[in-house]
Amino acid sequence: MLADVVARLFTDRVTKDLLEAAEQGQWPTSLWETVEESGLTVPLVPEAKGGAGGTWRDAHVVVRAAGRHAVPLPLPETIVASWLLSGAGLDVPRGPLTLAPVQRDDALTLRRAGTAWRLSGTAARVPWGGAAGHVVVVAAADGRTMVALLAAGSGRVTADLNLAREPRHTLGFDDAPVLAVAPAGDHIPANAIRLYGALIRSAQMAGGLQYLLDQSVRYATERRQFGKPIGAFQAIQHQLAVLSEQSAAAGVAAAHAFRAAEGGDARFEIAVAKIRAGEAAGIGAAIAHQVHGAIGFTYEHSLHFVTRRLWAWRAEFGDEGHWAAELGQAVARRGADALWPDLTAR
Amino acid sequence: MHPFGFELCELPPQAESLRSEVREFLRAELGEATPAQRAGSWGGFDPEFSRKVGTRGWIGMTWPKRYGGHERSALERYVVLEEMLAAGAPVAAHWIADRQSGPLLLRFGTEAQRQRFLPAITRGELSFAIGMSEPDSGSDLASIRTRAERVPGGYRVNGAKVWTSNAHRAHYMIALFRTHSDPANKHAGLSQFLVDTRSPGITIRPIVDLSGSHHFNEVVFQDVFVPEDLRVGEEGAGWMQVTTELALERSGPERYLSSFALLVELIRAVSKEPGERAAVALGRLVAHLATLRQMSLSIAGMLEAGQNPNLEAALVKDLGTTFEQEIPEVVHALLGVEPTSGSGTDLQQLLGYLTQQAPSFSLRGGTREILRGIIARGLGLR
Repeated sequence: MLADVVARLFTDRVTKDLLEAAEQGQWPTSLWETVEESGLTVPLVPEAKGGAGGTWRDAHVVVRAAGRHAVPLPLPETIVASWLLSGAGLDVPRGPLTLAPVQRDDALTLRRAGTAWRLSGTAARVPWGGAAGHVVVVAAADGRTMVALLAAGSGRVTADLNLAREPRHTLGFDDAPVLAVAPAGDHIPANAIRLYGALIRSAQMAGGLQYLLDQSVRYATERRQFGKPIGAFQAIQHQLAVLSEQSAAAGVAAAHAFRAAEGGDARFEIAVAKIRAGEAAGIGAAIAHQVHGAIGFTYEHSLHFVTRRLWAWRAEFGDEGHWAAELGQAVARRGADALWPDLTAR
Repeated sequence: MHPFGFELCELPPQAESLRSEVREFLRAELGEATPAQRAGSWGGFDPEFSRKVGTRGWIGMTWPKRYGGHERSALERYVVLEEMLAAGAPVAAHWIADRQSGPLLLRFGTEAQRQRFLPAITRGELSFAIGMSEPDSGSDLASIRTRAERVPGGYRVNGAKVWTSNAHRAHYMIALFRTHSDPANKHAGLSQFLVDTRSPGITIRPIVDLSGSHHFNEVVFQDVFVPEDLRVGEEGAGWMQVTTELALERSGPERYLSSFALLVELIRAVSKEPGERAAVALGRLVAHLATLRQMSLSIAGMLEAGQNPNLEAALVKDLGTTFEQEIPEVVHALLGVEPTSGSGTDLQQLLGYLTQQAPSFSLRGGTREILRGIIARGLGLR
């Protein structure tokens, strides 16, 4: 039901023209307004607080569709940011939200200044750091994990883009005023931004891979060479079989991580999802381009809207190597004989 | 748009209490097994063990009680199976029948066949082999030539089967024979039979694998009489039945757990403080393992819901066997120990065993190429 609504909305509205305009720096105001009015930005915020009162399952549907359609909005980021705010008992402002810090080594410092709070530090490559009205920060203060809300304009902005020409701005905060702050909700770890950022990227990648599979199968049945559709050749068929396997694996890993998020501690499943979807993204993009041949390599063709995102997203909020190192260390610490019991307990 | 999909499957609480029971049983039964013995799980043919499993009610778990079954869910069966395989239990004497032969008889067998065979299977007393491939027919299964000719009271069989695992130890074989020849339609005219492996005219010769082990056999049929009442299903319906059966063979956790024992020993070897390179490699393998398990569970959920997850099974088997084959490669790259056989440390012998077995993972139960063809058909490309 939700999936149908979202698919219809994005199919109608996220056109090639809109994607090209977004790459030129044009903010799709009307699309954002529709998405926000439909409640898609706040599935995890209770209805009493103005949200849609949904579950992580609903969030998964929206985020996956956003990836499948290459929606050029910080919609997944807003879903996580609004969840963090409401989980900390804070009000959720209208408009697009983003998350910081994104990078492992960026530290933001919260300090009390009388009754108010201030934030300092640099957060590099913040998604949509210019377009978003507010930034939601998770940082340690007073020995606990805090969620803080800032106006995006309260930091110095250095504009940059990722491979898909999605804004990735560096925000420099210099004793910037904090609009609201509160201890984070239950189960929110200190690395929550990177963790839940990895969660949304894994589902976006799964959605993107589904798009690549659909498009590649369609192209293989339409494009004819040597007197028959190229999909009639076994060499192409086997590549598309591998693409469907990678798409399915990424989809299951991401869905499992969202289900775990519903239960609280999802660190294991999120690491699994980001590693698995990231690897699938690399393999899947390569196959989609191989099957599409030279035409898929042109700007004129739409394939790159998704493949460039996959290449960017797999590196964001920690790449496969980062999460694999964390997961591998955690597994080794638990010891060889804990692997199977731990795995079957998830 | 896709002809397949994977819904997540949640195991019910009773499946989890069953899991602890199975673990306790396996701890007691397998206490002294070495890692290399555990890795041989499906090759392990141990009638004594299978009878104990039968006594616990863990064979034919989903079958009707009137045939000795236990009318439990496919998900409970899944839990028993994945625990057995992860622990490396010697399941070969019962699980071919549990996985394929029993379900085949339930679906296509006569009432008399069910009553005669199923209760003994559930007790772990009756083991089965599968007679499909022939010397000239591997992936092109429909090209088999072993003939079953009508004679009074039954059929006379002439020809040969190959790669028949455990034919030398199993009581019965479910075999696919040609009952009718139509050069224009090779899928027609095939029929399945229950064949007593001690029937006069059957010669079973070992086919030793590259590691020197004997699991496979060549089974030669020379004027072997098979009574009419041991034909399974309609004459000529064999192709439809056998493809149904192969889907059962492809859907389970055995398609990604074959090298699990080596992953466990890898963790032991890299210790609690692995270097960065080892941690990254290990984390990646665990991510694949966790994803494959969810995919495999999803298929169990589809079976429980009465769906027919043929395509999903082909897809998970291809991914799963790729993963199983990768583990010895990763261990080789990380640890740099020599794979051995008969000497060396437990880890070396385990690596030696799996390095030699790994090529078979993407051959048995349908080669990688056949599976990808099935998936391509599902995608609408064939």
